[in-house]
Amino acid sequence: MVNRWRPATVVVMALLLAAAVYFLLPVVWVLVAATKSTADLFGTFGLWSPHPQLGANLGRLFGDGLFGRWILNSFLYAGAGALAATVLSAGAGYAMAKFPFRGREALFNLVLAGVLVPSTVLALPTYLIFSQAGLTGSFWSVLLPSVVSPFGVYLARIHANAAIPDALLESARLDGAGEYRIFFSIGLKIMSPALVTIFLFQFIGIWNNYFLPLVMLSDQNLYPVTLGLALWNSQTFRNPAYFELTVTGAAVSALLLVITMASLQRFWRAGLTAGSVKG
Amino acid sequence: MVVLVAPFFVAFALFFLAPIGYAIYQSFFKLTSSGLGLTEPVLEFAGLGNYVTALSQEAFVASIGRVLVFSLIEVPTMVVCALGLALLLDSARARFQPFFRVSFFLPYGVPGVIASLLWGFLYVPQTSPLIDVLAAMGLPHDFLGPDTILLSIANISTWQFAGYNMLVLIAGLQAIPRELYEAARVDGASELRIAWHVKIPLVRAPLILITVFTLIGTLQLVVEPLILKPLTTAINSDYTPNLAAYNQAFGQADVHLASAEATLIAIMAFVISFGFLRLVNRKGNRAW
Repeated sequence: MVNRWRPATVVVMALLLAAAVYFLLPVVWVLVAATKSTADLFGTFGLWSPHPQLGANLGRLFGDGLFGRWILNSFLYAGAGALAATVLSAGAGYAMAKFPFRGREALFNLVLAGVLVPSTVLALPTYLIFSQAGLTGSFWSVLLPSVVSPFGVYLARIHANAAIPDALLESARLDGAGEYRIFFSIGLKIMSPALVTIFLFQFIGIWNNYFLPLVMLSDQNLYPVTLGLALWNSQTFRNPAYFELTVTGAAVSALLLVITMASLQRFWRAGLTAGSVKG
Repeated sequence: MVVLVAPFFVAFALFFLAPIGYAIYQSFFKLTSSGLGLTEPVLEFAGLGNYVTALSQEAFVASIGRVLVFSLIEVPTMVVCALGLALLLDSARARFQPFFRVSFFLPYGVPGVIASLLWGFLYVPQTSPLIDVLAAMGLPHDFLGPDTILLSIANISTWQFAGYNMLVLIAGLQAIPRELYEAARVDGASELRIAWHVKIPLVRAPLILITVFTLIGTLQLVVEPLILKPLTTAINSDYTPNLAAYNQAFGQADVHLASAEATLIAIMAFVISFGFLRLVNRKGNRAW
């Protein structure tokens, strides 16, 4: 360990600091902007708020309840979707790792191919088939496609392969435990770091999703927060008051996820190592 | 066993394979209105007609070329940034590591729509402190012109995902036994040489992983241009293939042509990312 600030250390720290300024600038800007009136937003320097009115902006943001509803919808889509995706991935990944069956590799290759299909490309075809089934415009139209995570199955299988010893399963079978009991009490427990990763991946993925709800939904009350903010942003041209709402809403929703992410950092790191295990 | 595997594959079949199959099916048909349009249009088998139409539309072909250029810019930028940050943070010289790690990773939690909104405000002269500073220094500051817009979009993607990709690489770097560095140092290798000859070859697998995911992400580009579109005339409604297909389905109400376009995008993304994996896996040990 180097204890003095040598030239090389100064160079490393200067580069890291410059990067931190770059990554934090938009976040700092939106936090400052969230305290401004529309007039100040356009009339004053971006990183300074001469007449802060955060309270008034927040009051207007949550005033009619629509924004709160969008946030709640986002949590519902992301929470329920990620939970279901994790459960499905865990079952499929565990079974594919631990039970040799006919066509297993073919199925797994299909899943891997699924990882390579861009999700936004899937949104339009899903809309077409859902409109045939009369599902478009409903809560389910956004939730149901979110429960499929090919990457989750890939991670679950890799992790089950690497972390669950066959000998352990054998001895549980000898002790008379049924396969489901083994899965629920041994498999899930050992796989839990990978499952947390799958959940977080999918949660962020659904929370950030914009294109799928954009094609599916028309009722504002069902919007997730991404779609809602984009809607407000598109209305700024007719009514500049929407600038305040858009900016304050963006600040609140960014802050919300940033806090969640930062507090879950520990789990991310555990899971990322699991993800980089070779297949 | 079946009970464990079946739920995922039922959902996979219903919400993944079926839409793709349905889109491919739809892409082989078209609506033809007979005569003066007095009768209901009839659904006709069109063979590859929609594909021919899509690929003979100048705007659609241009949009494919545009995302390919975008990938050529964004993928190397992303890999270099993520790798650079990971190596800097992993070096023995870095202090305050938790602070930097969190600040670089934060943007991953900001949805693409909101990231685009934020950068949109930073690209517009009326609201941007960035432009104030650049203009005061006499530097170029047009972020939304026809020549710079693609770079501005690339910047949003880099901002959002570089920190996440950096974390993937750091996880890989931390798995390297420290004795390797000690051995290299004893042999007189500098930190830069260690990074180049020891660290980078050993994070090959995660490097390939982030390259593939960045590649897929760039080819499906749609949100950033959609959000930035009102701010600039440099983005039209056929700016990316995805946007063109969206416009075809909802603007022009031609689901058959839109299906053909969506199928073409999926094939393109699949062939390019699969081809890349084949290429890197052939050259050495299997990474994925």
